[in-house]
Amino acid sequence: MTVWTGGSDAPDGSSAEALRLEGVHKSFGKLEVLRGIDLTVAEHEVICLIGASGSGKSTLLRCVNLLEPVDSGRIVVEGQEITARGVDVNSIRRQVGIVFQAFNLFPHMTVIRNVTLSPREVLGVDKAEAEAQAVDLLERFGLADKRDEYPDRLSGGQQQRVAIVRALAMKPRIMLLDEVTSALDPELVAEVLNVIKELAASGMTMMIATHEMGFARDIANRICFLDQGTILEEGPPAQIFSDPQNPRTREFLQRIIEAGRM
Amino acid sequence: MSGVSPPGAPLPPTGDGGVGGSRASRILAWGRETEGARGVLVAMISTVVFFTLLILVVVNSSGWPLVKQAFFNGKIFKETFPGILAAFKVNVEMFLIAEVFILVFALFLAVLRSLSGPVFFPIRVLAIVYTDLFRGIPTILVIYILGFGAPSLAIKGVPQSPFVWGIVSLVLVYSAYVAEVYRSGIESVHASQIAAARSLGLSRWQSLRFVVLPQAVRRVIPPLLNDFIGLQKDTALVALIGVFEAFRLAQIDASTYFNYTPYVATALLFIIITIPLARFTDWLIARDRSRRQAGAA
Repeated sequence: MTVWTGGSDAPDGSSAEALRLEGVHKSFGKLEVLRGIDLTVAEHEVICLIGASGSGKSTLLRCVNLLEPVDSGRIVVEGQEITARGVDVNSIRRQVGIVFQAFNLFPHMTVIRNVTLSPREVLGVDKAEAEAQAVDLLERFGLADKRDEYPDRLSGGQQQRVAIVRALAMKPRIMLLDEVTSALDPELVAEVLNVIKELAASGMTMMIATHEMGFARDIANRICFLDQGTILEEGPPAQIFSDPQNPRTREFLQRIIEAGRM
Repeated sequence: MSGVSPPGAPLPPTGDGGVGGSRASRILAWGRETEGARGVLVAMISTVVFFTLLILVVVNSSGWPLVKQAFFNGKIFKETFPGILAAFKVNVEMFLIAEVFILVFALFLAVLRSLSGPVFFPIRVLAIVYTDLFRGIPTILVIYILGFGAPSLAIKGVPQSPFVWGIVSLVLVYSAYVAEVYRSGIESVHASQIAAARSLGLSRWQSLRFVVLPQAVRRVIPPLLNDFIGLQKDTALVALIGVFEAFRLAQIDASTYFNYTPYVATALLFIIITIPLARFTDWLIARDRSRRQAGAA
């Protein structure tokens, strides 16, 4: 076991609640990006957020990580309301890992330093232990030989896998993935998606914003279709992809199929 | 990559180890692509021709014998140079001490100015007022005001030495410039880097310390060294409040001998000490560029 895979495993398979969003609103100036999001995510559940660019997927994920403060509504992580006043923002962020579209690795640090910085400085893990844990994770994702490389020496796919490892090194309870394959060359997408599949198999609770519909259908327990800042339709992949109820969902999927992305 | 490829032949691709070989020519080419051995030859010939002509024009001008006597007098040079060189140590001391304080104080100012949030508004304003003030006042006036003013206060414990107040003036003025250089570096670090740092649970201060500042400082080293070249020269201004350094001694020598050669000797010393720093700055810029290109490949 090299990675923390979740809290209390319910023996009957019905898992506890990991994350709950209640009426989350977020505007940038006059632009209303999130217009009342309600969503509950169970432990070990994988949710894929789909929808057109600008539908609010990224903003939603950034709100859950508190990178964007919400205007109104509540976000509850493992029973703790993180949008309440006076909560320790940094301790929340330790529980919720996020991986970005553009990797955002620290270019002036080697891979191992990228991965160990936060465990050492935030969690206070000593150097040897942090590096041992990092090496375990790097090995698991086929990156052991890259430990002393600088990020710009790696391919996009490798960089994104390092970014995932860096987030995992904080032993988060929930992982948020924000279009993590959108900046990659097509031939590099698979290696990153495989990593995410492995994470899902290990029981990690995840919210994934993605344009990869085939991947979403394979991996998700539930699909949420976002449109203009609301969840217009949600359900199991089989239902959303083969029998969408809302005309806008149908229209969106039709466009995706026409673009050859599914 | 040596200069043996035939003229006009395409250059072999520069591999990982190729940076060292082309370093000198890259610096001489001022950032343009080198054109191989023929390019270097043409550059050398045109340089020699240009300067030969220039020297011929100057030496054959009607006033040259007088100018030579007044500015380039070998005998006076020989007599005054050792003394000026000894006094120049004071300049070196001044800028070495000043540089250390400037590096620290300017970084402090830059960090103050980049603090975000309404609580820090007064601190930001203070930092802005400081930089506006000290970039606005001519350096020579700061040196006069502090050099003559501060000791006149005769406060116990406040040093009287013009050497100290000269350094303080240079630190105050140059920190304002260097703070702006640092700040441009801090602002050049993309917001996504801060988002990544904060998302990993690092505090605001930890993000600044581990993620933003190391990248910012690396980026601003060339412009920072450029400011230090200016600082080295401006140590001569401190002569005017009576610090016994190279320029001050040259003034004394010049009036003793009724000849300007000591000034030329002083100028020579400043050039000698500035050129290595200037080339080092060029080298850093070139290295940075080749690294980034290697990274992009």
